[in-house]
Amino acid sequence: MRASFVFSEVVTGLRRNITMTIAMIITTAISLLLLGGGLLVVRMIDNTKELYQDKVEVNIYLTNDVSASDKDCKADPCRGLRSQLESDPAVERVEFENRDQAYERFKRIFEAQPELVKLARPEALPSSFNVRLKDPDRPEVIIQTYKGKAGVDSIGDQSQFLDRFFSALNGVRNATFFIAGVMAVAALLLISNTVQLSAFTRRTEVGIMRLVGATRWYTQLPFLLEAVVTGIIGALVAIAMLVGAKLAFLDDVLAQPIKSGVVKSVEAGDLAFVSPILLLIAIGVSAFTGYVTLRLYVRT
Amino acid sequence: MIRLEQVSKVYKTSTRPALENVSVQVDKGEFVFLIGPSGSGKSTFLRLLLREEVPSKGRVYVANFDLTRMARRRVPRLRQSIGCVFQDFRLLANKTVAENVAFALEVIGKPRHTIKKVVPEVLELVGLEGKAERMPHELSGGEQQRVAIARAFVNRPLMLLADEPTGNLDPDTSQDIMLLLERINRTGTTVLMATHDHSIVDSMRRRVVELDLGRVVRDDARGVYGVGR
Repeated sequence: MRASFVFSEVVTGLRRNITMTIAMIITTAISLLLLGGGLLVVRMIDNTKELYQDKVEVNIYLTNDVSASDKDCKADPCRGLRSQLESDPAVERVEFENRDQAYERFKRIFEAQPELVKLARPEALPSSFNVRLKDPDRPEVIIQTYKGKAGVDSIGDQSQFLDRFFSALNGVRNATFFIAGVMAVAALLLISNTVQLSAFTRRTEVGIMRLVGATRWYTQLPFLLEAVVTGIIGALVAIAMLVGAKLAFLDDVLAQPIKSGVVKSVEAGDLAFVSPILLLIAIGVSAFTGYVTLRLYVRT
Repeated sequence: MIRLEQVSKVYKTSTRPALENVSVQVDKGEFVFLIGPSGSGKSTFLRLLLREEVPSKGRVYVANFDLTRMARRRVPRLRQSIGCVFQDFRLLANKTVAENVAFALEVIGKPRHTIKKVVPEVLELVGLEGKAERMPHELSGGEQQRVAIARAFVNRPLMLLADEPTGNLDPDTSQDIMLLLERINRTGTTVLMATHDHSIVDSMRRRVVELDLGRVVRDDARGVYGVGR
């Protein structure tokens, strides 16, 4: 009895304020869509970081004369540097790459631009140690120790580029979170407004209910459920839009960088991770807003 | 059944108290008219009994409930033991006669089989058998008030409060409604009726409590509305 009565009240209430209901669903959906987008960016950053974690190296470039004279790293200062690096507790692995190998690699990288390869000479490329660190987050240890040593020309830190890349992604994330927050305020006000409107259009029913001794839960649960139901629909719409966005253009736009391993793609697993979060937030926020509104504005 | 002990009620927006030092006792099964001009405190009196308001001073007891000390969550229990009828009927326009009556039971969580059984019974009691599927706008004023009375009585309350139930009805129809209220009173239900209707009060010869400017100015066991009014 009780469940079917409350349910039919919810359905009539939503249909009666259909325009407000739609507005509520749209704002909720957009705000959740942005929140979900932000969460996906967070996931992407994490995944991409993992991708790079074991690839980040510190490159110690040797001076021109060392690069030219010592192809096999047989003499000092090259040999000394190598043994020092190999026994360094912060270092996991050291690879020596001489000028010719560097040139081969250069040719491979710029295969597609033969004019660039033509311009380059092996003499322009230095020999280097490619150092893999035990803790990739602390390249400064190596930089401090080896900077300015004999034979060392410069030290390249790949993680600096990554930091820049990730800070761009972080910016995207913060922007979506910010807009999601602003939209969430609009959604909250709409939920509150709709609950009030709904309670007002049904004031006769509510008046009679109070008069014949219906409990507060009985009189107010329909309004609360109305808010929660629209919240759930809004979340489902947001999830559908996220899936649609992934299938329709995200996969295409990011196809190139994903293939070359620059970023990790948004997987179905990521969506499966984000969707229940959006749903729970929608339910929690709409129920809370509905409850507070009823407490503040609707006489019991 | 009802006991008011030196009750005063002052509304924040008004300087004059709506009720001042009112003491009234109504026993179980009594039929009482509450009369007085507009603004005399009749509505406040009824609202106190329903605990829509709490008194500023004094004590209110209804059906063994001490309303001045009652917790908010117990109020529904009190209201389930009181039936209410109003001048403007307050029916739900989008529900049939039977649905309007059933609504009062649905919202207090009565099981469906009980509702199916008692709604036709109470419709017969108020003389609306055969009109269960009508909509309120398809009924006369008197019939609409019968629906309201059926709704107020369907849960077999201990007490029926009627706030000018005949205020919108012609004299003949009013008389029919009074007969119905009398019949309900004979089942042992206490009836308290606020009214302006001289002829009804005079013809019924029941107890009359008269309010004026928030004070009880008369309490006759078998009264009339009053001379010269």
